[in-house]
Amino acid sequence: MIERSDHHLQADDPSSRLYPTLGSWLLNVIALSELGIGKHGIVEGLDLPGEVQHHLMHMGFVPDARVLALRRAPAGDPTVYAIDGMEIALRHETARSIHVRIIPDDEEQEGSEDFLLRHRSAAGRQGKP
Amino acid sequence: MSSCCETPTLDLPIEPHIPGTIRTVALVGPPNSGKSTLFNRLTGLRQKVANYPGVTVEQRIGRLRGIDRSDVAVIDLPGIYSLSRYSEDARVAVDVLHGEMPGTPAPDAVLLVLDSLHLSRQLMLAAPVLALKLPTLILLNMSDLMEARGGEVDPLALAGELGTPVAKISATRGTGLDAIRHFLGQKSELQPPLQLPVMGNAASYRQWASGVSTRTNYRAPLSSAVSRNLDNILLHRVWGPLLFLVVVITVFQIVFSLGQPLSNGFQTLLDAMGVYASAWLPAGWIQSLLIEGVWKGVSSVLVFLPQILLLFLFIGVLEDSGYLARAALIADRVMRTIGLNGKAFIPLLSAYACAVPAIMATRTIENKRERLATILVTPFMTCSARLPIYILIIAAFVPNRPVLGRFFGLRACVMLSLYVLGFVAALVTARLLKSTLLRASPTPFILELPQYRLPTLRSLLLRLVDRARVFLHQAGTVILAVTLVLWLLSHVPLHDGAFPALAQSIIGRIGFIIEPVIRPLGFNWKIGIGLLTSVLAREVIVGTLGTLYGTDPATQHLTLQTALRRDMHIGGAIALVVYFALAMQCTSTLAVVRRETNSWKWPAIQFIYMTVLAYLAALATNQCLSRLFG
Repeated sequence: MIERSDHHLQADDPSSRLYPTLGSWLLNVIALSELGIGKHGIVEGLDLPGEVQHHLMHMGFVPDARVLALRRAPAGDPTVYAIDGMEIALRHETARSIHVRIIPDDEEQEGSEDFLLRHRSAAGRQGKP
Repeated sequence: MSSCCETPTLDLPIEPHIPGTIRTVALVGPPNSGKSTLFNRLTGLRQKVANYPGVTVEQRIGRLRGIDRSDVAVIDLPGIYSLSRYSEDARVAVDVLHGEMPGTPAPDAVLLVLDSLHLSRQLMLAAPVLALKLPTLILLNMSDLMEARGGEVDPLALAGELGTPVAKISATRGTGLDAIRHFLGQKSELQPPLQLPVMGNAASYRQWASGVSTRTNYRAPLSSAVSRNLDNILLHRVWGPLLFLVVVITVFQIVFSLGQPLSNGFQTLLDAMGVYASAWLPAGWIQSLLIEGVWKGVSSVLVFLPQILLLFLFIGVLEDSGYLARAALIADRVMRTIGLNGKAFIPLLSAYACAVPAIMATRTIENKRERLATILVTPFMTCSARLPIYILIIAAFVPNRPVLGRFFGLRACVMLSLYVLGFVAALVTARLLKSTLLRASPTPFILELPQYRLPTLRSLLLRLVDRARVFLHQAGTVILAVTLVLWLLSHVPLHDGAFPALAQSIIGRIGFIIEPVIRPLGFNWKIGIGLLTSVLAREVIVGTLGTLYGTDPATQHLTLQTALRRDMHIGGAIALVVYFALAMQCTSTLAVVRRETNSWKWPAIQFIYMTVLAYLAALATNQCLSRLFG
């Protein structure tokens, strides 16, 4: 799985490894925080306290919304996500409670802006330690 | 000071209400929809700002002067995503819209402002607002920007779909506002409402909103390539933090180095005006009251203005351009370690110049708890008003020995330690608050990164005028009252019909009374009086000590430094600067905290906490140092 290559970027938090479990791997559902930069996902659900969840849903994090992990802050956290034409930064601790289904690479339209972006960030990632 | 607690009614319409006419409209919209810009446009900047009773949410009311309908009042509601009562902002908005907010008239109509760049998401708010069944005009703001970027929307189709008029406007340019006048002029009758989604469910609102935008041929504009390219640099792993530091140091340097002389110059000017005015007044208590009481009080507030305006000019440029959100993103990782979020960075930094504008700058933090925590720790940062007493004591008591080479001497070392002390106190306090008073649910950091935009001169000016007015009006009243009380205490009881010497006045006697309490800190009664008078502002202590030692025959011929050295031990002297590093000796700050938290509870807690902490730290300092150097 290609997503795995991005695990080292936020692997310092042990609780993030509780998710995904084996079952969700099979369904391709992971935590949003595990979504690699330049990768797309479909929001499956949120598991956050009432007010926060409400706020996020009104910012576009509703089931079936398409989300793109855009870039990480220079310190590696928070991460900027593109959703619904907006760019929203979430901390790892928040993104961990949002579940997304990965869109396999071949389902993405190539040549789009996102495609270019993915390649650009992939190139940028090679410089990471 | 009840003036800031009551809800101003702004001579709102009291004539019998004729059904179908519109006398009060509410301005509703999501955050960042350009609602405030529109409000400023519509009211021509003449507005009443207060807080809703019991909450920190700001209430803004004005009249539609900008479109020649000054008979109609307009209420600017806080920016909200939905009408569910999840947040304080939303609760206030719902109460006002239902006419259940005491002191605020029930709106007869709603102006719903939506950002046309993100219309399909912003439409989610339209469903609950339309369900209120009030006459509603939907304003598609920033439509010029959307069209310039290749976006498209059909207002007529949207109006048909929503059953209510829709107009394209640009609040920053002031175009399309005729539609509002038109809307107000017509008999208000609501079209039979369309199919609205199930109430209270974000997912169904979302589905409904995207359905509407598809059916009305809405095409979202391309996201600006400029923004993403800029972010590739400004959020770059190496350049991002570097540029961030450059920006931050520049702002700090300018506010500190340009603001200080500006404030000093302004102070000189104000003093000169006082001297000039006193020449016209007959000598005696009226002159003293007006010049030393009222004018000093007023100018002690006015003197903050240059720094406030300067800081808000920078914050305005940073926020309007979209960089402030990026700065918060970069600073978040560091700020989190002290229990605050990235948005607290700018306020904490500007507090090194002055806590008053810094506390006003915490408005950029939307989360209430986070904002309160920032407000409460901000006064620990070493502001410029602490420098006079630091410089005096260090010059008098600390020998200038080299510590690390020729350029970092013992004096610089002590000065730096005081800065560090303040910062550590802020850090510990933030931690403490987060685990006690402000605990509750963990507060997530959700930050919207807006597209980069060029700030307009107009919106910057509006911001400055707004901040200056709020500060002068709210803080001014409290400070004036405190100054008058202090003046009175230091001028009574009359001695043979003349004013008493400071030592004989009530405040002087209190100085003697508290001497036993402050003796363990190594302070004498003169310092005690200085501590009392400097509750007004920290720098006042230098003037007070000057007066006290200057009128004492025993020390009259000495400079203040030598006089202090004669009177105090090194332990007491260092204890004094430690006390000033930690104590809340600033009425302006207290007044601003009261204003920003809309309650006396927080400034009271802050004052007591900081004073107790300062006392204990000064006590420990004096006891240790006197044993060490005893």
